[in-house]
Amino acid sequence: MRYAMAVDTKKCVGCSDCVVACQTENNVPHGFCREWVVETMNGTYPQLEIEIRSERCNHCINAPCVRCCPTGASHFAEGGIVLVEHSKCIGCGACMASCPYDARYPHPDGYVDKCTFCIHRIKIGLAPACAAVCPTKCIYFGDLDDANSDVSVVLKKRKSKTLIPEAGTKPQLYFLI
Amino acid sequence: MTSRRDFIRISVMGAGALALTRGTFGTAKLLSSPDEVKKLKVDLKRTPTYCEVCFWKCAGWVYKTSEGKIWKIIGNDEDQHCNGRFCPRGTGGVGMYYDEDRLKTPLIRVQERGKQVFREASWDEALDHIAAKMKDISSKYGPESMALFTHGSGSAYFTNLLKAYGSSNIAEPSYAQCRGPRDEAFLATFGEEVYSPEVTDIRDTKCLVLIGAHIGENMHNGQIQEMSDAIDKGVTIITVDPRFSTAAGKSKYWLPIKPSTDIALLLSWIHEIIYNDYYDKNYVEKYCSGFDKLKEHVKDFTPEWAYGITTIKPDLIRKTAKEMANATPAVLIHPGRHVTWYGDDTQRVRAIAILNALLGSWGRRGGFYRPAKYDVPSAKIPKYPESKKSWTDAFPGKYPIASSPVSNALIEASIQDNKPGFLIKGWIVNATNLVSSIPGQANTLKAIQNLDLLVSVDTMPMEITGWADVVLPECTYLERYDMLRISPHRKPALALRMPAAEPMNNTRSGYNIARGLALKLGLESYFPFEKQEELLDWQLKQVGSSLEEMQRIGVKTKARDADDLYYAENENVAFPTDSGKIELYSKAFEDAGFDPLPKYVAHEEPPEGFYRLIYGRAPMHTFGRTSNNPNLTDLMHENSVWINPKVSKEWGLMNGQYIWLKNQDGIISDFPIKVRVTERIRWDSVYMVHGFGHKQKQMKRCFGKGASDTQLITKVLVDPLMGGTGMRSNFVTFVTEKSEKEVAS
Repeated sequence: MRYAMAVDTKKCVGCSDCVVACQTENNVPHGFCREWVVETMNGTYPQLEIEIRSERCNHCINAPCVRCCPTGASHFAEGGIVLVEHSKCIGCGACMASCPYDARYPHPDGYVDKCTFCIHRIKIGLAPACAAVCPTKCIYFGDLDDANSDVSVVLKKRKSKTLIPEAGTKPQLYFLI
Repeated sequence: MTSRRDFIRISVMGAGALALTRGTFGTAKLLSSPDEVKKLKVDLKRTPTYCEVCFWKCAGWVYKTSEGKIWKIIGNDEDQHCNGRFCPRGTGGVGMYYDEDRLKTPLIRVQERGKQVFREASWDEALDHIAAKMKDISSKYGPESMALFTHGSGSAYFTNLLKAYGSSNIAEPSYAQCRGPRDEAFLATFGEEVYSPEVTDIRDTKCLVLIGAHIGENMHNGQIQEMSDAIDKGVTIITVDPRFSTAAGKSKYWLPIKPSTDIALLLSWIHEIIYNDYYDKNYVEKYCSGFDKLKEHVKDFTPEWAYGITTIKPDLIRKTAKEMANATPAVLIHPGRHVTWYGDDTQRVRAIAILNALLGSWGRRGGFYRPAKYDVPSAKIPKYPESKKSWTDAFPGKYPIASSPVSNALIEASIQDNKPGFLIKGWIVNATNLVSSIPGQANTLKAIQNLDLLVSVDTMPMEITGWADVVLPECTYLERYDMLRISPHRKPALALRMPAAEPMNNTRSGYNIARGLALKLGLESYFPFEKQEELLDWQLKQVGSSLEEMQRIGVKTKARDADDLYYAENENVAFPTDSGKIELYSKAFEDAGFDPLPKYVAHEEPPEGFYRLIYGRAPMHTFGRTSNNPNLTDLMHENSVWINPKVSKEWGLMNGQYIWLKNQDGIISDFPIKVRVTERIRWDSVYMVHGFGHKQKQMKRCFGKGASDTQLITKVLVDPLMGGTGMRSNFVTFVTEKSEKEVAS
């Protein structure tokens, strides 16, 4: 099993619903977020193009955060989801420093926190909160080992990219372009 | 109370006010062990609601933690407005409930040691005070001298109250400050408005034309969802906007139009479509009247003519006209929603309506569908007393085609100097921050000084509350019942809102406030149900449901009575216009002394060193009413001013720098605004999101954040047909030194 997510940049409008849905679902404290929206623009008026991306932890196969965690708090859970065991986390920040995507934040309660792909929802058959709420349905989630999952199907059909592939982290967050 | 009033900061509220500190809401932790997951499934309770953060009114579920605290709001899968997916504002609606700056108890303005202050009051006292004043106004000036300004779900109750009291002077700023010109233009053309949610069949359209409509930045949920579905199906999107909007970024064609020239573009499209025989001949012949006059009218409006006005290349105008023609009738020239721009807005939207008619999109798949709704009886109440004077008597002959009261006309009628036919002396202002929602703030404040009574009903200490004699704190939509949502859609549907929690602090629902006041005024018979849920249950039982059922399901949808979502092929349609046809040529406009066919008239250009102020929406905020919401300020806590790099270079402005904006009348923004240097805006305009720059210190998160566009909109171009306030008529320049600002103010 290999969980992955694909975000369709052609449909995303950057409304940030994913961010606030994640915040309420996971009780992310105000002033912090587990996901965020990025907009890039190219060209000069009036020859312009923009790309809008909903970003979060890339749940890398070769995750530097897991490798560098001194206590084993950062670990791989089922389907390759990268999690932080709060009780083991000492808040040293090594993982934050090692993450090329800046996907982690220091929770005020003393541990490092990040996207979990809403593993608590996946376990009861629900999509991650961001994918479930998105008004444009631009977030696809599922198991890459299952050829019929939403994410497998859309990644087969469409051109996609990952962010900072040169970091060699083998990210599992894809962007449809 | 003397009529002169000072602005009061609602300072008495500070005492022990923090209901909840930031970051403590909800207690659900990250649940990952199977035991906890089981608990999650069992313990969470949900109650139905429909959203009140904007007018789209999506139906959803409020989830509570096992401790009974409001946790999150999720869309109802059965709801056609949202299809189970709330927008960021709806998802962040919990922040409205947990906002520690909410109004908490009724307040009455009093004189203390020569100074006006608010004191806390009981509901009984506050309502007695208002009732006494209202009786006083009624006996002195007649009941028509009370006016209501209202928005949202509470409108029904306060409207009922005011009509029972004897006044029909009830205005929604959503008419003259927003959608009014659109409604009148479609009424004049098709005999029908486009409703809310709009009956736009975006889901099945092949060509979507957005002209000043920025879907994706306005978060009209169903439309965004359908646009996204249409993108999947390969829709062609044509966006006309001086700004490279989000929708422009999704479009095959972006027409970067010079602001204020839209009518010229529309006329040249009509020209192209008629003179190239692109129009739907059967449809036009069968359903439309005035085609020959229209054809003659647009004879000279070639793409070359329009190029000189709009700066859009003729080739692009031709190509996009052809794209529309290729998609007919599954083509939709979107009617827009906030359309009060230049004072000729009814005429501009008329051109849009005409274009849709020529392409045969009204009543056709991929164009505009035919709405259907539940027929739910209202409570039986006595006949309203006859209202002897309506707003039209204040200024006879003005705005002849307005089908709803014009808020700005009611404000004008509150100013003695204007010599209105009758003078308005009291306002009830429900859930609209008039100081910020109506342009020309000085005028609004002048009117306020003339009043004997100003009552403000709100959940938040908005600026208008500081001018009120009595402030009535309403609970949020998460703490109350409200009227059934019976809006039209593809299928008839009902949605229930019920409280997920008890009203916080000393707040009450709009129904209870209006009914409480009715009781004090001896108008109890107009509110025959003591509890709103009794009324809802009675209504629901009339249509084969019940309160109990709706509490369980939240949304009830039924099939249409007939298969009539679109007109059948060659169906005989009697359009509810005077002629029974779609009126390309408007006899009604002609009779009222206006152009029967839209004309392009040039508008004022920005003076040197000034730029046209264009304002719009951000997807995470609704007007200025969400600016203090803790969840939504996390997403966006201030606006910025978009400036083209050529302009910023000329002025030496840096990205991220804070500056003040000064308009053509010398008004300087109260607060500085962040510069966003971007190619996404033309060099003759600047852009900012509406709803920031709040001056009310009690709204701690949004006070002083960003600048207020309303403050800078001092020149208003009023639509002579229906009174809409055109607001894209202001020009601003940049002030970089604070001292310059201080000297000026």
